[in-house]
Amino acid sequence: MQPTHPPGACEVCPAHHPANLKRLGVNMDRYDFVVALAGNPNTGKSTLFNSLTGLRQHTGNWPGKTVTRAEGGFAYQGSHYKLVDLPGTYSLLSTSSDEEIARDFILFGQPDVTVIVVDATRLERNLNLVCQVLEITGRAVVCLNLMDEAERHRLTVDQRSLARELGVPVVPAAARQGRGVPLLIDMIHQVATGSFVCKPHRIQSEPPALKRAVSLLVEKLGAAFPDLPNARWVALRLLEGDARIEEAVRSGELAGLVGATEGAGTAAPAERAG
Amino acid sequence: MNPANTREEVLEAAANLRWEVGPDLHDSLMEALYTDAARISDRVLSRDDARPAFDLDRTIDRLVTSRWLGFPIMMLLMAVVLWVTITGANVPSSLLSSLFLETLHPALKQAAASAGLAWWLDGLLIDGMFLAMAWVVSVMLPPMAIFFPLFTLLEDFGYLPRVAFNLDRWFKKAGAHGKQALTMAMGYGCNAAGVVATRVIDSPRERLIATLTNNFSLCNGRWPTQILIATIFIGSLAPPVLAGLVSAGAVMAVVLLGVGCTFLVSWGLSRTLLRGEASAFSLELPPYRPPRILQTIYTSLIDRTLIVLWRAVVFSVPAGAAIWLVSNIHVGGTSLAEHLIQGMDPFGLLIGLNGVILLAYIIAIPANEIVIPTVLMLTVVSAGLSGVGEGAGVMFEFDSASATLGVLEAGGWTLLTGINLMLFSLLHNPCSTTLYTIWKETGSVKWTAASALLPIAMGIVVCFCVAQAFRWLGG
Repeated sequence: MQPTHPPGACEVCPAHHPANLKRLGVNMDRYDFVVALAGNPNTGKSTLFNSLTGLRQHTGNWPGKTVTRAEGGFAYQGSHYKLVDLPGTYSLLSTSSDEEIARDFILFGQPDVTVIVVDATRLERNLNLVCQVLEITGRAVVCLNLMDEAERHRLTVDQRSLARELGVPVVPAAARQGRGVPLLIDMIHQVATGSFVCKPHRIQSEPPALKRAVSLLVEKLGAAFPDLPNARWVALRLLEGDARIEEAVRSGELAGLVGATEGAGTAAPAERAG
Repeated sequence: MNPANTREEVLEAAANLRWEVGPDLHDSLMEALYTDAARISDRVLSRDDARPAFDLDRTIDRLVTSRWLGFPIMMLLMAVVLWVTITGANVPSSLLSSLFLETLHPALKQAAASAGLAWWLDGLLIDGMFLAMAWVVSVMLPPMAIFFPLFTLLEDFGYLPRVAFNLDRWFKKAGAHGKQALTMAMGYGCNAAGVVATRVIDSPRERLIATLTNNFSLCNGRWPTQILIATIFIGSLAPPVLAGLVSAGAVMAVVLLGVGCTFLVSWGLSRTLLRGEASAFSLELPPYRPPRILQTIYTSLIDRTLIVLWRAVVFSVPAGAAIWLVSNIHVGGTSLAEHLIQGMDPFGLLIGLNGVILLAYIIAIPANEIVIPTVLMLTVVSAGLSGVGEGAGVMFEFDSASATLGVLEAGGWTLLTGINLMLFSLLHNPCSTTLYTIWKETGSVKWTAASALLPIAMGIVVCFCVAQAFRWLGG
C-alpha cells in the first residue's frame, strides 16, 4: 500500500531523512504550530504520540487508556510543533466528558492541524468521526493507522480515493512499527505551513428541511461572526440546542476563533507564547 | 449595529428554526453521517473475500469469553503470573539483599566509624534510612520487574477488555460500572495508578465506587507480605513437595477474597450511599495483537517499575528514620516502641493480631512494602530476644523462612496471627500515596476519609471474627 514514486524521488523527499525529526519530549518553550491527535478509542493515538515526541505515554491494547490530555513537542524542518494527544471518542455529538474534552480542544483550542487517527480495519465506523471533525476544522490530516492489521485481515484501502473523498491528505501507517510516520510528519508540516490546501468533505446526506434551516442560520451567523470557518457546524449545534455553543455565541467567544482555523498558512504566527 | 444584539438574533433564529426541523434532528444528522461514512467506505474499501478457514481471533475470543472457560482461564492466567513472579523473584531478591545487607551495610558502618560519626547519627542514617531503602529495593524490585512486564504483555495482547467482558455481568449486579474491571486490574500493580484509571468511568457515582474499592486489589507493595507469610505459616503445614503450590494457593485465596470484597462493597455502596443503577456502556473488544515483547519489557521496566520503585524509596527513607527513632528514644527506661506495642497489644490480641503488627502498620502508612521488615524488627525489640538481628531499630531480613518463623514464634505468633496478618494486609487503609491520589481525584476529604476507614473497619471486623472462630475451634 505504499504510494509509488518516480525513481530517485525518495532521496530528495524531505521525509526521507529521519534526522529532520527532532523529538522534544515535554520541552515546548516555543512552538510555531499546535497539532491535535483525535480519533476513535484504541486506534493508536498514544503510540503515535510517543513515536513523534519521544515521550512514553502509557499505551495498551484497550480502549480508554488516555484519560487526560497529554502534550509533547517535536521539531521538523525548523518548525516547532506542540502535539496534543486527545482522549479517544466515537463521536463529538454527545456529551460525555471525554468527548467534550476532544471537541472543545478541536474547536476552542484552535489546533493548526488536527490529525485524525483512523483504524483501517474499522474504516466505516471511524469515518463517522472523521466527517464530524472535518465539519469543525478543515485543516486535518487523516492517519490511516493499523495498516498491518488491515493487511492481516486482507483489507485494502484505496487511500488516493479516500483522500479525494475527504479532501484532506491520507497517510497509511502502522505506528507500532513506525511505518508511515515520516510521511505523516511531512503532511502535517505541509498542512501547517499552508503548502497543502485542504478542501474538507462536508456532510451531504442531510434531509432538505435541515439543509434549509442550516443555510438560514449560517447566513445569520455570517452577520454576527464574519469569516467564521465552521459556521455550518456551529449552526447544526445551535439547532440541536448545545448549551456550550450557545454560550460561546452569546459571549462572543466564537469571534475569537475567526481566522484561527481559516485559510491555510495565514493563521501561523512565527512564535507563540508557550 | 450592536454585536451583542446580532449574536442574540442568531440564538433567536436558532430557537425558531429548531421548531421547523422537528425533534428528530439528532437522528437525521446521525443518519446523514452514517450514510456519508458508509458511502465513502464502500468506495475505497475492498476485501479479499476468500476467508481463511480458521480465524484465530474469533477462536481465542470464543475460549476466553466462554461461559464455562472464561473464569477458569482468567484465574489460571492470574495464578501463572503469580507463580512466575513468586518463583522468579527469589534468586535476584536474595542476591540484592546479600549485596545490601552483607556487603554495603557493614562497609557503610565501618566508614561511619572511621569518620567518627556520632552513634545516633550513624544509627539514624545507616541503620534507619539506608536499611529501609535497601529492603524496599531488594524486596520490591525483582517481583515488580517480573510482574509488570507480564501484566503489560497481557494488556498489549488485548486480554484486559476480555476480562472486563467476563466480569461485566457481576459488576452490573453489584450496581457498578463494567469498566471497573479494568481499574481493578490496574490496582494489582499499584492502587494509586488504579485510582487514576477510574477516569475511564463517566458516571461520578460509579467512578466513586471504583475508587473506594480499588484498595481491595492487592497492590505490589503487599504481594511480598502475602507471599512471605503464606510461605512460613501456611506452606509449612503441607509436605515440602506441595509447599510452593499450597502457599501460592493461599495467596490466590486472598486475591479472590479481595475480588469478593470489591463486589460486596460495590453492591453495598450502590444500595446505600451511592444509590443508583449501573449505567450502560459499550466497550469495544479490540483485535488481538502480537505483543512487542522487548519493547514491552523495556517500557514497563523504565516507566512503571522504576517510577513505582522510586516512589517507594522516597517514602521508605523517612519511615526508616521513624522506626529507628521509636526504638531508640527511651522513656522511663523502655523505648518508645515498647510503650506503644504494650499499649496496643490488648486490642491487637483481641483481633488475632498483636501490638507489633498494629504499630508496624502505622509506621508503614507511607509504603506497604516495609511492613514485614518493621514487624520483624519490632518483634525482636519487644520480645527482648538477644543475639538475633542487628540491634535496636535496625531493619533486617533473614536468609531463610525458618529463621523468620523462629523469631515470630518467640514473639508469640501462631498460625492465627499469620492468617490474620494476610487478611489485614488485604483489608486496611490504602498507603498515603493512594490516599493523596484519591483526594486529588475526588477533591473531597469526606470520600478520602471513607476510603481509608471503610477497609480498616472491615479488616478489624474480619480479623476479630476469624480470631473468635479460630479460638472457639480450639486452634
